[in-house]
Amino acid sequence: MESKTGVRQETSGSKVRESASEDKRFKILETQMKRYQYRQDSLIEVLHKAQDLFGYLDDEVLTFVAQRLKLPPSRVYSVATFYHLFTLKPQGEHTCVVCMGTACYVKGADKVLAALEHDLGIKAGETTSDGRVSLVTARCIGACGLAPAVVYDGKVAARQSSDDALAVTRQWREHVTGGSHTH
Amino acid sequence: MLLADLIRIKEQELAGRKPFTLRVCMAAGCVSSNAEAVLAALDRAVKDAGLESQIEVRPVGCLRLCCEGPLVAADPDGKLYKKVRPEDAVSVVKALQGGPTSVRTGDMREPFFEKQFNIVLANSGLIDPERIESYIAADGYVALRNVLRDMSPADVISAITKSGLRGRGGAGYPTGLKWSTVAKTKSARKYVVCNGDEGDPGAFMDRSVLESDPHRVIEGMIIAGYAVGAQQGFIYVRAEYPLAIKRLQTALKQARQFGLLGSNVLESPFSFNIDIRIGAGAFVCGEETALMASIEGLRGNPRPRPPFPAESGLFGEPTLINNVETFANVAPIILQGPEWYASIGTEKSKGTKVFALAGKITRTGLIEVPMGIKLREIVEEIGGGAPEGAKIKAVQTGGPSGGCIPASELDTPVDYESLTKLGSIMGSGGMIVMDETTNMVDVARFFMDFCVDESCGKCIPCRAGTVQMHRLLTKILNRQATESDLKTLEDLCELVRSTSLCGLGQTAPNPVLSTLRFFRSEYIELLQPKSPSPECASTAEKKGEPADDKPVEGR
Repeated sequence: MESKTGVRQETSGSKVRESASEDKRFKILETQMKRYQYRQDSLIEVLHKAQDLFGYLDDEVLTFVAQRLKLPPSRVYSVATFYHLFTLKPQGEHTCVVCMGTACYVKGADKVLAALEHDLGIKAGETTSDGRVSLVTARCIGACGLAPAVVYDGKVAARQSSDDALAVTRQWREHVTGGSHTH
Repeated sequence: MLLADLIRIKEQELAGRKPFTLRVCMAAGCVSSNAEAVLAALDRAVKDAGLESQIEVRPVGCLRLCCEGPLVAADPDGKLYKKVRPEDAVSVVKALQGGPTSVRTGDMREPFFEKQFNIVLANSGLIDPERIESYIAADGYVALRNVLRDMSPADVISAITKSGLRGRGGAGYPTGLKWSTVAKTKSARKYVVCNGDEGDPGAFMDRSVLESDPHRVIEGMIIAGYAVGAQQGFIYVRAEYPLAIKRLQTALKQARQFGLLGSNVLESPFSFNIDIRIGAGAFVCGEETALMASIEGLRGNPRPRPPFPAESGLFGEPTLINNVETFANVAPIILQGPEWYASIGTEKSKGTKVFALAGKITRTGLIEVPMGIKLREIVEEIGGGAPEGAKIKAVQTGGPSGGCIPASELDTPVDYESLTKLGSIMGSGGMIVMDETTNMVDVARFFMDFCVDESCGKCIPCRAGTVQMHRLLTKILNRQATESDLKTLEDLCELVRSTSLCGLGQTAPNPVLSTLRFFRSEYIELLQPKSPSPECASTAEKKGEPADDKPVEGR
């Protein structure tokens, strides 16, 4: 869990309000919270929505959520850092998730991961310096019949070898695919 | 809605059936192998051939033989088409009328299916999980109707108790006893929680049940709500299972429309609602107190028990918490009677168990077997043994909380007590087969790595103990450990097991303990630098390096 807790930066309340009024995504998030009647136990649902909208949870978003749900920022921060799926750092344009479940592991997922780490020059959980590729591991995606499985930008690929995986990530790094990305 | 309405829907649905059906597996495994395109291609092929009145192309849940996906099953001839590609669609449609096909086919009499016994998965692969009518046609919600019309809450609990059903999440606590404890606790508000936080790596039973037959789980939860006197239910599902979440959302919406959820369920005085809660990636949330904290929007930290959730659970109210598969067993028990259910299985473990069979085995997939079946029957007959003539070394059950059962013990019957005796557990149903290339010390470290990462950090034995055990295992694998390190590891196992707060820590040493018990020599060999284990020797030979100053890589 430590790996994903980003460095906290100072965020002033006025900055939150200012950009919140400009950015449409905050409005969408606000609507969602309204649907949950600003209930404090909806925090995890709200954070899911926020991450969908923004791609990651920065201090501004976390502070905004804390204010609206009337929760101490420490509570919001502690929940956001507890769960693996919430990320406080921006993700790369493409995401490559290597499943490290037991079935994938006994079929060589560790070798696929090692090859990717070596080729991309990053460790699992990091993003390449050009912002192109994020390399992530999953505990188990439940596709054990397809082991070893790798998820490329949300699409599950079965029985992957190191070469298969490198072919995909190398192609990602060669081609510029525009700014937006999907998960 | 009344019983008459249920019957009318069922009759309409059955009357709409066509002479031929092509059932296309749309569970996550097959979808990952392009099943959606296969479904579209089959639809088109049927339309192009002008056979729409003859052939129904039905998206269904898991057809189980995951390694051969995308799968398509045909009725009425019972053929199973394997690894179907979209371009095969025309030939599959032609084959239905007796034409030849190049697609590989099998049928339900294959060894993979023959030893299975269907209760939980009875509808899986038959009904369309996204249509409530399809479930009703398979006698869905009749059990609920019978319960509300003919049975008191005490009757329901007595039926569940008599059936001998035990919790399918792994621990095997008697379900009837749990229900009656919650029913007895007096409170104005009670909750029913379905634990779908299937976190064990290598386990996909709950995912498959939720994707293939979501209404069955919902029906079980409503019956449970009636039995214990709850008004609100929550299904907690992992965010890693988007398809299961989507199908559950659809199913809940339909159930509300049909008056099966909400106020006055099926026009009875009983009211019940179910909401979904989506996890955010924390293994510890499979532990019941941590799961409830997560539903409340908190960090998933477990808390000491007692008080047990049955007395003080979600939001401090009495809460019934059961696993997905447990709830899926409820409707069949009510419909076919507790005596029928109790006649299946062994003396202490009744009914069936769903397993996710994976790893170094010929046929991987989802299986449901009667309790008491021998591990050998599962691994060798259903799974077809290790591929390419390799030899099976061990079977891992129970994920990071379980253990490795050596090949010499394959004649053990699958029931709660026998597996516990071997130092493993039934667990939620992950079953990973390992062959001789698997290094057991490395497997132990793999699971310990998992526990280090997933420990919530609340109690010291788990937070610090798992890290220390991981270091010792790494030291052993690097051939730097001594006899006394092994002793320390064993002491730590005992300490962490007996002093951790929740199940995660208490069971974290299991993979180490069970591999030490059955594969101790592999540990000992790594302690002695001069006699490397066969696999390490071969690795070293290939690279022409002495084995003892290289860390072991992989397995």
